[in-house]
Amino acid sequence: MSTVTTHQTPDAPVHPDHPHSSPTRRLASLLRARELPVAVALALLVLGTWLINDKFLSAQSVKDLMLNATIMVILAAGQAIVLITRNVDLSVGAIVGIVAFGTGALFEAAPGIPIAAVFVVGMVAGAALGALNGLLVTVARVPALVITLGTLYAYRGVLSSWAGSKQYFSGNNPRAFGQLSVDTVLRVPIITVIAALVVVVVAVYLAYRPAGRDLYAIGSDPEAAALFGIRLQARVLAAFAACGALTGLAGVLYASRYNSVGALTGSGLELDIVAAAVVGGVAISGGVGTVAGAAIGAVLLSTITSSLTATRVDKFWQQAIVGILILAAIVIDRVTAIRRSNKLRVSGPR
Amino acid sequence: MTETRPARAADRPDAPVSFIRRVAGRSDTMLFLVLLAVIASASTIIVNFATTVTLGFLLVQVVPVLLMAMPMTLIIVTGEIDLSVASTAGLTSAVMGVLWRDSGLGIWFVIVLCVLVGAVCGAVNGLLITALGLSSLAVTIGTLALFRGLALVVIGDQKVSNFPSELTSLATRRIGDTGIPLVMVGVLLVVGVFAVVLHSTSFGRTLFAMGYSPEAARFVGIRVDAAKFWLFVVSGAVSGMVGVYWTLRFASAGPDNATGLELSVIAAVLLGGVSIFGGRGTIAGVATGVLLIGTLTYALRLARVPETTLSIVTGLLLVLSVVTPSAIAWVREKRRLSRLHRNSPAVPAAG
Repeated sequence: MSTVTTHQTPDAPVHPDHPHSSPTRRLASLLRARELPVAVALALLVLGTWLINDKFLSAQSVKDLMLNATIMVILAAGQAIVLITRNVDLSVGAIVGIVAFGTGALFEAAPGIPIAAVFVVGMVAGAALGALNGLLVTVARVPALVITLGTLYAYRGVLSSWAGSKQYFSGNNPRAFGQLSVDTVLRVPIITVIAALVVVVVAVYLAYRPAGRDLYAIGSDPEAAALFGIRLQARVLAAFAACGALTGLAGVLYASRYNSVGALTGSGLELDIVAAAVVGGVAISGGVGTVAGAAIGAVLLSTITSSLTATRVDKFWQQAIVGILILAAIVIDRVTAIRRSNKLRVSGPR
Repeated sequence: MTETRPARAADRPDAPVSFIRRVAGRSDTMLFLVLLAVIASASTIIVNFATTVTLGFLLVQVVPVLLMAMPMTLIIVTGEIDLSVASTAGLTSAVMGVLWRDSGLGIWFVIVLCVLVGAVCGAVNGLLITALGLSSLAVTIGTLALFRGLALVVIGDQKVSNFPSELTSLATRRIGDTGIPLVMVGVLLVVGVFAVVLHSTSFGRTLFAMGYSPEAARFVGIRVDAAKFWLFVVSGAVSGMVGVYWTLRFASAGPDNATGLELSVIAAVLLGGVSIFGGRGTIAGVATGVLLIGTLTYALRLARVPETTLSIVTGLLLVLSVVTPSAIAWVREKRRLSRLHRNSPAVPAAG
């Protein structure tokens, strides 16, 4: 990145991968990790479902689980970058729709286009739409919630007038493009491999690069971060652009994974994604959480749907359970925060 | 979210401003003028706009958003937010359908129970936010999913539609030939009550104080948590009323009633000049904001502008309404600085 400032952020969260002196301390920090509860919940969910219905872990079923989680994982990772800076991007569902529909349009307009070029175009388009959000947020100094609510409407409207009632079907795309969601490497679908790579790269960047650490500093205390000399506006703008690029990637993969894309593609997705990140331990008040946690949260939410089907629980319970999970995640987070601050003999919460 | 409050001319005590300038400079007056301009141009350009039929349809259309916007205004003024209003209305609608179909209770009793269901939903939000000190944004994203999910659990994917026809026709009945829906009388009453509470009672003034600074409000003895708790209960109850109205107006109770309405409500409230940081906003401005979006939507629809363009307009209105004050403040600051620069050489000479 541009300027490499060597400094440490004082109130950055404990990261499980941080080098510690002794193995016991490493274990202790692992047990304190914010990702642990959600990872345990995911493991219990998979185990419980498998005990009730042993077809749940059959090769085909596992492949479906991974395919269903892939797009949510990428979106949650992108959203986490923005949430960590104490912002939010509600327009991601519309960006997914625009890029997915655009992918179909691109293949129709230029049938011979290399698939890699399509990915680049999709990510650049997503980054541009995300950067527009970031620009409005940093220049107008208005909460991202308001701005991205506005651009959610606007982007969705642009997509609807562009798409009308037209749909692009996967049959019109090149075969190799659709195969990305069918072919596997070591039994893992290719698009899932892509998602995993994205999560690893973003997680490492946020955990170890100074620019990544800056995002945590900004989310913890924007004024302090600015006083410290962090270029707040540039970093926040970059966070929005990065989220947009990942959302664009998810949009291209959406066109590969699903049969048809049209005006309604991706609508309502925004709240599911924020929910996934929050369940994964990313605090909506900024400065806390990891991309890996958000990714696990996304896997958990997408697995619940399949697990309800597998255990023949009334499918109508799915959304209520998602709601309960979100509330449980933030309540647990709050309670541990209060406990920790009591332990430090600070005079209670705030 | 960088927290800067755009400075207003009226806030500066040293600025000598006449009453007219003060009223004209207010954002809700500006908004009202925009509303009048939209109505005037729609009446001249669009055939059949200036009719009582239009008035009737337009007002029936805005009732749900207008009702929900009232408690939402108070909540945002205190610096919180409630994203669960539409899901609460959906749950209420589902409960109403199942109770009416299965319980054999009288319809009025069912309606009272439904408003209570709404109030309980609000109380859940209020408890989580005030007792545990959680952020209202996070809590109500959770209950947005939870309440909608419970609506699905209650009624499944079924619809109930055999409500008494007197009631369903009452929901859209007009007063005489005026075209004004009868239900507007009740809605105006609600708007009036909220306006009085926010602007003419000491409780209303404490809400602004909380929005400006929760710590300061606590120090001067305001019971911040109690006030916020009851605001969420009221928000839930009003959402319950909207759920009942929605069910009767479309004569259909289902799990997906009022889906996504929370975004329209918040858009209208913010367009109406309520600051998302809390501490600033008026009921008159919000009512104007709701009517502006409603009128614009209706006029464009009458002019056969596709639905999709409408959502672009709504989005741009929302972005413009929040960017404009910041832009104006920025320009003012630049001009003030340049004036200072121009005057600065004179300062040492004088002193």
